[in-house]
Amino acid sequence: MEIWDGHCHISGFSGTPAERVGKSLEVADRMGVDKLCIYMGTSFQTEPTAAQLIEANGQVLEAVAAWPDRVFGWVYLSPAHLETSLAELERCVANGPMVAIKLWVAQNCDTPEVDAIVKRSTELKAPVFQHTWRKITGNLPGESMAVDLVRLARRHPDATLICGHTGGDWEQGIRAIQPIKNLYADLGGGDPTAGFTEMAVRELGAERVLFGSDIPGRSFGSQIAKVEGARITEAEKTLIFAQNLKRLLTPILELKGVAVG
Amino acid sequence: MFIDTNAYIGQWPFRTLPDASVDALLANYSHFGVERAWAGSFDGLFHKDVAAVNARLVEACATNDNYILQPFGTVNPTLPNWEEDFRRCVEDHAMQGIRLHPNYHGYLLDDDRFKALLQAAASHKLVVQLVTTMEDERMMHPLMQVPHVDVTPLADAIGDIDGLQLILLNAFRAVRGKAIDTLVATEKVGFDIAWLEGIAGIERVRSQIPVERLHFGSYTPFFYFQSSMLKLKESDLSTEELNAIQGGNAEALLA
Ligand SMILES: [Zn+2]
Repeated sequence: MEIWDGHCHISGFSGTPAERVGKSLEVADRMGVDKLCIYMGTSFQTEPTAAQLIEANGQVLEAVAAWPDRVFGWVYLSPAHLETSLAELERCVANGPMVAIKLWVAQNCDTPEVDAIVKRSTELKAPVFQHTWRKITGNLPGESMAVDLVRLARRHPDATLICGHTGGDWEQGIRAIQPIKNLYADLGGGDPTAGFTEMAVRELGAERVLFGSDIPGRSFGSQIAKVEGARITEAEKTLIFAQNLKRLLTPILELKGVAVG
Repeated sequence: MFIDTNAYIGQWPFRTLPDASVDALLANYSHFGVERAWAGSFDGLFHKDVAAVNARLVEACATNDNYILQPFGTVNPTLPNWEEDFRRCVEDHAMQGIRLHPNYHGYLLDDDRFKALLQAAASHKLVVQLVTTMEDERMMHPLMQVPHVDVTPLADAIGDIDGLQLILLNAFRAVRGKAIDTLVATEKVGFDIAWLEGIAGIERVRSQIPVERLHFGSYTPFFYFQSSMLKLKESDLSTEELNAIQGGNAEALLA
């Protein structure tokens, strides 16, 4: 079964960005993972400066250049640096090889700056991935929850928005995003808690559920298990592992003249 | 022999786990070739009638005549007359080990009762499993936020207990860095891989924890059983290493 991994990073290794991706691909090959979507640089900043955003994206561009057949780059933006972010969107997506957007925790997503980023991303047919987590232990100041993303999504019915980690507290995240048809659930980056994928498929339909691992912080195995181990049909697994992400990326890949297998 | 050192019987109170029935556990085990599973009880975390919990565990494990499920009884040393629960585990149920939940039972690892319990287990050659985490602290029910077990006092507590065989289950969420080094240095502590994360995690953790102290544990039915299975495939391990982690190390603890 084909696997496209919608959630990968290059932190946590040594070496150049290309070497780091090479190491990830060695393990990906063992696990049958075909494509990696990579975002953020070799080190993580919760509140990156404009220069750090540019640097992180430069590292991802290097990795994409080294592994063009295996890797998609997603551009890391921050609403706290709107002007730089919009410029990075032009540099890396409109005029570069990247195909989607990653937003993390610098600023809540239910804000006008994120509206501007989503608006331009949608024009470029690029999906936007927003990290979300609802922590009973307390969120970071700028950390969004699924309910924040829902408010953003209601203002952008034509955008393709991915709810990172399905809100972390996924039982609440799935409930929150259920009515919003252009919101997709990223399974990556949490524990392989049994029942997660079954609930997501039941409430959202398998078409709205995306496999992602969040390597290297997480293990491919623990994350693949969420799909392999779920009591869902083989057809649903096929969608979650690759076909859904392929479908979401097809418009922008076609614009860029990349053949989608 | 392929041994899963981290299984549970029963239901988690905050979620219906799809594979929680004994039949579902056994179906996974037969599909993946697991020959023994050391099983504790979710009820053991919450119930005060521990004797009944352990009796039900023994009964559930006995439903399969291949002895795949091996009961690991609960002992809560804060309860009156916990020594009788321990005695029944040893004498009435002939258990090979016990499973402890200090955070859910409300004691710290410098507690004298804990030390007495370890001493008793060591002298009866029981494997002791100490579970440091059941759930990601960020995901807990707001009225049931249970801190992870603080293992800081553990090395001191076990220092002079001869013959103790201790496995920390689900350790890697809360036990990291130097704390692992300190416990490895005691040469009495092993770790299961259920909560081991990171790309090719087993391959990477080998430099910190000797392979002979790593145990296959799935934390099923709370986690998808496939998680730990796939971790074995994800790391580049020699056949010897694989056999050791998959059961050789656990089997050696029972010898
Ligand atoms: Zn991530």
